[in-house]
Amino acid sequence: MEAVFKRPESLTDIPTHFCPGCHHGIIHRLVAECIDEFGIREKIIGVASVGCSVFLYDYFLIDVLEAPHGRAPAVATGVKRANPNAFVFTYQGDGDLAAIGTSEIIHAANRGEKLTVIFVNNTVFGMTGGQMAPTTLPDQETTTTPYGRDVETAGFPIRMAEIMERLDGTKFVARTAVNTPKNIIKSKKILRRAFEVQLNNEGFAFVEFLSSCPTNWKMNAQKANQRIQDVMIPYFPLNIFKGALN
Amino acid sequence: MTDIELVKGNESIAMGAIEAGCRFYFGYPITPQNDIPEYMSRHLPKCGGVFIQAESEIASINMLMGAGATGARAMTSSSSPGISLKQEGISYMCGSQIPGVIVNMSRSGPGLGGISPSQGDYFQATRGGGHGDYRTIVLAPSSVQENYDLTMHAFDLADKYRNPVIILGDALLGNIKEPLRRHKYIPKTFEKNWILTGAQGRSPRRLKSLYLSEGELTEHNWMLHRNYQEMTKEILYETQWMDDAKLVVVAFGSVARIIKTSVSMAREQGMAVGLFRPITLYPFPYKQLLDISETIHHFMAVELNTGQMVEDVKLSVGHRKNRVDFYGRPPGSIPSPDELFEEIQKVYCLP
Amino acid sequence: MYFDCIISGFGGQGVMLAGNILAYAGMCENKNVTYMPVYGVEMRGGTANCTVVISDKEIGSPIIQKPICSIVMNRPSLEKFGPRVKQNGILIVNASLIPKEDVNFPNVECIMVPARELAMEIGNEKLLNMIILGATVQKTKVVSMDSLIGSLPSALDPRYHHLIDINVEALQQGAAFIDQH
Repeated sequence: MEAVFKRPESLTDIPTHFCPGCHHGIIHRLVAECIDEFGIREKIIGVASVGCSVFLYDYFLIDVLEAPHGRAPAVATGVKRANPNAFVFTYQGDGDLAAIGTSEIIHAANRGEKLTVIFVNNTVFGMTGGQMAPTTLPDQETTTTPYGRDVETAGFPIRMAEIMERLDGTKFVARTAVNTPKNIIKSKKILRRAFEVQLNNEGFAFVEFLSSCPTNWKMNAQKANQRIQDVMIPYFPLNIFKGALN
Repeated sequence: MTDIELVKGNESIAMGAIEAGCRFYFGYPITPQNDIPEYMSRHLPKCGGVFIQAESEIASINMLMGAGATGARAMTSSSSPGISLKQEGISYMCGSQIPGVIVNMSRSGPGLGGISPSQGDYFQATRGGGHGDYRTIVLAPSSVQENYDLTMHAFDLADKYRNPVIILGDALLGNIKEPLRRHKYIPKTFEKNWILTGAQGRSPRRLKSLYLSEGELTEHNWMLHRNYQEMTKEILYETQWMDDAKLVVVAFGSVARIIKTSVSMAREQGMAVGLFRPITLYPFPYKQLLDISETIHHFMAVELNTGQMVEDVKLSVGHRKNRVDFYGRPPGSIPSPDELFEEIQKVYCLP
Repeated sequence: MYFDCIISGFGGQGVMLAGNILAYAGMCENKNVTYMPVYGVEMRGGTANCTVVISDKEIGSPIIQKPICSIVMNRPSLEKFGPRVKQNGILIVNASLIPKEDVNFPNVECIMVPARELAMEIGNEKLLNMIILGATVQKTKVVSMDSLIGSLPSALDPRYHHLIDINVEALQQGAAFIDQH
């Protein structure tokens, strides 16, 4: 019988630790498919960050360096500058990239480092148990905003893709989601383009994925997907902010 | 290369780094070490290297980690407050066994403090400095020539032990100009079967410090500990006037330079004083001092702080019949050789 | 042979350059040397001083409390460093800014050099540091005038190499002043 669907070769054959309904698995798969399709598994150095995605090195058959919390873009800068022929990507959550790591992401982008940054925004700190993230939506309840995020005291959700768009150093900036098959197909195209931007030595590419966190959102997987559609996308519009799909 | 040049201390470090094959420098401006990034920004591009003025000391140390992870020789430099910011990265580098050279031309603290010479960062440098049970090799030069030589050596030690190496100086060692004889770096080969280059024709490699499985972290830390024990092979120190000494002055770095004059003044007065200068502050020459205490029982630690290295001196010889005296002062003013001579006189006749 | 010297003055008077050239000259004579600068916070107009040590033997302290020789180019420097000169030492004073009656240190040989006026004779008052350096070297013989002049191309930034000749003239003018007094 002909195999029509299989695990990408860049992924290991072990079950992930991700919760049911979490989108990290889908995003991992899309990344792995791109690696396979471009045939670059052996020239990749991935930079893992701190958060649920730290175990990148268990799931991808690639060289991986683990960065301190928020510092992945600086670590990746060192990797890429010392190894310009490698394909270097970071994979960071919203706590990592948009809170503690704002300085590193903005300046790596502003320098136009030839990196591909995969930013996973699920509006909470996942691994530590669902605390408020910079991306937590107004009135959203988390373990540290038990009465809902009060923007008067806790500030507003940060739209990172829009910030990246404004920096002259970036070449490709997009926000996408994987909550529906249609969005997954679109996401794949966007991610492929973000890979190409580095492979063609064009510059810095940034893709923000809206992602679910059913466990910390305290809802099932379907409702979580629906929340992305109904609540997140209106606040974090899906768009290709800079650059275009070829 | 054998010509002699009058070179500023900070620049001699940059020169040593480039000669030792350092091609990547990441830094952030802070006085009193700015000559290092400035020199690197002028000279690295000429030899195919990369200079990045990072957005912070935190970013610099993480860039160093990234470059070091690929096997490149890389350096960052800063001064005390900046080194505090780098401690997170240094801890990760130790945990992930990534080499790199970190220069601390320290200034006086705490806080923003001042830019005068200081040895207030001794504990920070020799006790790991950041979180976790780790150590970094610490080299303490005390002349412009040694700045150059020890910087080259630092790159070898970093590669040999897969660990960050700290060069601990201060404003005095950074700002003085002295004759420098540059010499060729003799390349050494180190097994680099751990570097990240892309998993071409081999299994993927991971450089990480997160170990959650049962017993995994303990084993990892024991392995690091054995590596630190191995480093005791690298102990360096200098002694002078020790043969008939009744009092041994122990000092490092800039203070060792100043007090060398004070000890020679004491010798001119017929006082039997010797000088012991640790060059590696970690690993500290505990055993070497202990051996000396077989015949000499009086020690005096002198530092430009209120008492840090003296604890290591006491760990070496602070028992049995030995006496350990201490003179130190908070940073802000530099003691003169005359003042230190008076301090030596005060303790010389103590029992 | 051992010599040490503290040179002090306003920022912009060329204190650091004078110290550099002296250290270079010592190095050219195969001596051990150290040069230690101390800056005020200001880049210009503040106080500045540097210490130069020249010796046959290994140099210990680059910091000197009581120098054998001190050059003071302005009054605050005189007040700070004048009293620190060793017994039987030498104090070289910029007489253009400091009147003779204010210079009174027992057991110290005080040399009053009208540096600005001598520099004006050459046509550039900025050369007062070279005048005073030439006088100091002629007085102390710590290095030869040839070494001092020979070190100019190394000590001066290439941007100023077109000024070497006039600097040589200033050093010689300072030395000549010593010979005449």
